[in-house]
Amino acid sequence: MSRSFKAIIKRNLPVHAIHNLLTVSVPDSMPAPQPGQFFMVEVNKGTDPLLKRAFSLFRNTEEGIQILYRVRGKGTGILKNMKEGAVVDMLGPLGNFYPMPPEDKTPLIIAGGIGIASVFSLVEQLAGRAIVFYGARTREDLLMLKEVKQLAKEVIVSTDDGSAGAKGTVADSLLAFLANPQSPISNHCIYACGPHPLLKALSHSAREYRVRTYVSLEEHMACGIGACLGCVVKTDDGYKRVCKEGPVMNAMEISW
Amino acid sequence: MDLSVRIGSLHLKNPVMTASGTFGYGEEYAEFIDLSMLGAVVVKGLSLLPKEGNPPPRIVETASGMLNAIGLQNIGIERFIREKVPFLRTYDTNVIVNFFGDSVDEYVAAAERLSSVDGIHGLEMNISCPNKQAGWCIFGTDPRVTSEVVGAVRKATKLPLIVKLSPNVTDISLMAKVAADAGADALSVINTLTGMVIDIRTRRPKLANRTGGLSGPAIRPVAVRMVYEVYQAVKVPIIGMGGIMHAEDALEFILAGASAVAVGTANFINPTATTDILEGIEAYMIEEKIGMVSTLTGAAHAA
Repeated sequence: MSRSFKAIIKRNLPVHAIHNLLTVSVPDSMPAPQPGQFFMVEVNKGTDPLLKRAFSLFRNTEEGIQILYRVRGKGTGILKNMKEGAVVDMLGPLGNFYPMPPEDKTPLIIAGGIGIASVFSLVEQLAGRAIVFYGARTREDLLMLKEVKQLAKEVIVSTDDGSAGAKGTVADSLLAFLANPQSPISNHCIYACGPHPLLKALSHSAREYRVRTYVSLEEHMACGIGACLGCVVKTDDGYKRVCKEGPVMNAMEISW
Repeated sequence: MDLSVRIGSLHLKNPVMTASGTFGYGEEYAEFIDLSMLGAVVVKGLSLLPKEGNPPPRIVETASGMLNAIGLQNIGIERFIREKVPFLRTYDTNVIVNFFGDSVDEYVAAAERLSSVDGIHGLEMNISCPNKQAGWCIFGTDPRVTSEVVGAVRKATKLPLIVKLSPNVTDISLMAKVAADAGADALSVINTLTGMVIDIRTRRPKLANRTGGLSGPAIRPVAVRMVYEVYQAVKVPIIGMGGIMHAEDALEFILAGASAVAVGTANFINPTATTDILEGIEAYMIEEKIGMVSTLTGAAHAA
């Protein structure tokens, strides 16, 4: 088993104005990735940018690993232009993963924007059990919505501008659901990935309603393997590394 | 081919070491490389008591480099001895412990405690980490204080003592002489350069600590120059470091005067960087028909 390997780009196609879906073939020696885990991807053979980039596992397919990413800086700008057949150094799968919910619980999965990249494979693995709360800025930003709808029990959509679903944030949608649940709240658990303010808001609701909540965090990361101590987040038990003790953490433990 | 080098009384099977703070306590890398392949493993800086470190953001990428302000987070010497040394002891390499204190007394107490442990082969004193708040940097920048703290630690340990020098000084040769005169067996040259990055949207420094230590290939020419100068100033062996990514970079440091090299930031990008560099040095020696790597040390000084 090796978590350091060379991957070959199979496809690297835009799915939206500023989002790409990358498919890479990986060696058989790579351990099977679990929903919530991530990879460090080399975007450059030179030294600027210097560091590998961390990306969530989007989907593990027959063809290889898929990564859904937003083009937003120098690194992803280079990655976007990489062609089929290019070889990239990768590390992974890294970090922990979403713990599976007990059979008797209904998982509520919250995705804010590109946060869908991390929770998508969880929705897939839960095979029709999950209620997905999917929020984005506009209708166009709801990436892979059709696929999510096929895999989830139910999808509750919200957009900041009201162009699809309810107008407002995904935290608002969740609060509305928790205030008027279809079954006792104790029968639910929450998984969430999205911008920090969203996760913070969700965690407050989760605390109030006493629902077990797992959040997937993002921090600046140099190594991805626990050595640099750059990606820490403050918890009740001191600083924890997002790359090692995370990226999935119990929302109650985090000092928001 | 003879790759072995000596750092004071330490015998290294080859000149490739790890730079403190970039290699955890060794465990993080054991799945990627055989630690026994390395000349030495230098572990993350330790203090008598655990330290929580700085709030995030702690790192920011820069052009061909990165700034870090981890704030010396560490598990403390006792937990290191209990939980990490037994693991490190299973490898056939030199374990060098980087350590620091807030006072001369703390440095001495830390050195004494570490010297009593089987499985620790050398000590590296951090007198130069730029991440501490006012009042502390003086260990690495005020020659009188440097002399005092190195001299005190020298008396407290029989282990090979390496002093890691700060580049954030006017004259690194002077600091090298002071450390050597006070009893250092070897010098690590260089630690990170203090820097800052400002976010033009928030109009604030990007690091929570405001400043951080710059590392990576961006600092390499500065580091090579400093090794070159220190080599002219002192007789003790030098461990060269600062942005080594490839064997070619390591060889520059050796030619400038380093007896051994430490690989730092490159470990973050490529967990097999150390052993890749070692292979590259071997290939160079074959190409250049060099029998002993130690004959390359300081070769750039020849007239």
